[in-house]
Amino acid sequence: MKFSKKDIQHIANLARLELTDEELKIYGSQLSDILNYIGQLREVDVSGVEPTAQTAGLENIFREDEIEEWDEEEREAALNQSPMMENGFVKVKRVLE
Amino acid sequence: MKLNELTVKEANEKLTKREITSLELTKACLARIKEIDNKIKACLTVCEKEALEAAREADRRRAKGEAGELLGIPCLIKDNILTKGIRTTAASKILENYVAPFDATVVKKLKEAGAVILGKTNLDEFAHGASTENSAFGPTHNPWDLNRVPGGSSGGSAAAVAADMCLFALGTDTGGSIRCPASFCGVVGLKPSYGRSSRFGLIAMTSSTDVPGPLAKTVEDAAIVMSVIAGQDKLDSTTAGEKVPGYSQKLDSIKGLKIGVPKEYFIKGMEKQVEEAVKAAIAKMEELGGEIIPVSLPHTKYAVPVYYIITPSEISSNLARFDGIKYGLSEKDAQNLAEIYFKSRGKGFGPEAKRRIMLGTYVLSAGYYDAYYLQAQKVRTRIIQEFDRVLSEVDILATPTSPDTAFKIGEKSNDPMQMYLEDIFVSGASLAGLPAISVPCGFINPIGYKENKMKCGDIEGNKLNEKQKSGAGGLPVGLQIIGRRFDEATIMRAAREFEQATEWHKRKPEL
Repeated sequence: MKFSKKDIQHIANLARLELTDEELKIYGSQLSDILNYIGQLREVDVSGVEPTAQTAGLENIFREDEIEEWDEEEREAALNQSPMMENGFVKVKRVLE
Repeated sequence: MKLNELTVKEANEKLTKREITSLELTKACLARIKEIDNKIKACLTVCEKEALEAAREADRRRAKGEAGELLGIPCLIKDNILTKGIRTTAASKILENYVAPFDATVVKKLKEAGAVILGKTNLDEFAHGASTENSAFGPTHNPWDLNRVPGGSSGGSAAAVAADMCLFALGTDTGGSIRCPASFCGVVGLKPSYGRSSRFGLIAMTSSTDVPGPLAKTVEDAAIVMSVIAGQDKLDSTTAGEKVPGYSQKLDSIKGLKIGVPKEYFIKGMEKQVEEAVKAAIAKMEELGGEIIPVSLPHTKYAVPVYYIITPSEISSNLARFDGIKYGLSEKDAQNLAEIYFKSRGKGFGPEAKRRIMLGTYVLSAGYYDAYYLQAQKVRTRIIQEFDRVLSEVDILATPTSPDTAFKIGEKSNDPMQMYLEDIFVSGASLAGLPAISVPCGFINPIGYKENKMKCGDIEGNKLNEKQKSGAGGLPVGLQIIGRRFDEATIMRAAREFEQATEWHKRKPEL
């Protein structure tokens, strides 16, 4: 697998990352190297093998869906991390042009 | 002996006998941080005021008759573990000013036990790395040689313990991030079984393998800390209900233990002196009554490629939350919502985080999922089955923690593939969710240190001369012991007896 600059730009768009020209070039060759290396997994015979989902051996863990009051001070500390607030809500910029 | 050089066990004894106070102990650690951390750069945040207050509170609790192995013991916390009111950065620009509104469960448990939090330690950004060079705030330096890396990603925690800035530290291990730096810095590092200690309040990297654990000066100290932080947590539904034994009470002998030595962990290209030191350690365990059994784990070579598919996949998903909206860096110069995402993430994440996000995004994308992610999860099943089969025949596995010792800062940082191969002996236990510990088992002479040449492995009945005690000219080697799922007790028992029969853990770096 060899990535072109265009491929990397596409992946970066999917991941919502703004990259510089220099970054696009470097990641192209590095990601190609890494994929060539991990491509060796194709040689492993996995017929009849189930993919791993988890290792703890646990089964469904249920709990009641209850509303818990959150400490007011903690609530404010959490919300105050937001760069834009209005009337206790997180404000975002225009979504559609 | 200075107070900051004490082990947890020794300090607890002195606190119990009223020979010292937590305030004195805490002040000694803070003084040590001030004295040497400008050279080592293990700490990202030191919270002196809060630490002194916690120490006074611990002294008050003891004065009222309360006892506890961690009551009044100063520690440091890796900076991807949330601490209420104290900055948590994950060593990333995107979280540079983030202050968590709550404590991680493991931090809460430490505080309830009376441990004194001195501050937060450096790491590879979001724990992505094996050298701590990927920190957005600069690398940590190895106390044994300041030109070398401390390993990673819990490099700040390991270096701080090795340099006696604290009595123990917390780290997190996703694919070796506690064990690798423990090995490079000559301290003990325990990665518990997946699900043994709560992930609530850890900044998620690879949710299917992340687990917090201790870095300590002795195995017994690691056991003491583990007894406090382990256990089921209703805030992390992947924690297991298995009973938590009193680990420090279970540290009896190696005698009769079946110790498997997998041949795939001794490979061409590994540092010869590391191989010698680890083989000498295995011989020592045999001398102590262990039964050495050669075993084979043929899928070992696939652990790294599997890890570097699963990990970036989970990272690309877990790091999607850093979007410049609710917290963290938010790029002001943006016209619309999408631009905030692109610019905040482009500016806030460092090179390795971006690399992993993109790799994960690619291998999970339509058309490639089956070839990469699904195939990796199937090979992972093979790796797990292989471990489980071998561990039904032996009690523990003994291997090197790393194929080499601490390398020079900058030596591998331009080649991500070289760095990924550092994980070769540690990623398997992570993928399988098994407990593993790294314990000091020797020192090597790096090239250029020929004048201090000393023999590896067993040196004159393991007694050290004065020069060797100072560690002049040597870099630590780690022995890794892997155990059965949820059987931390047996690996600590083996590690403890090995440690007590040798003197490697007593060596201190010269600073």
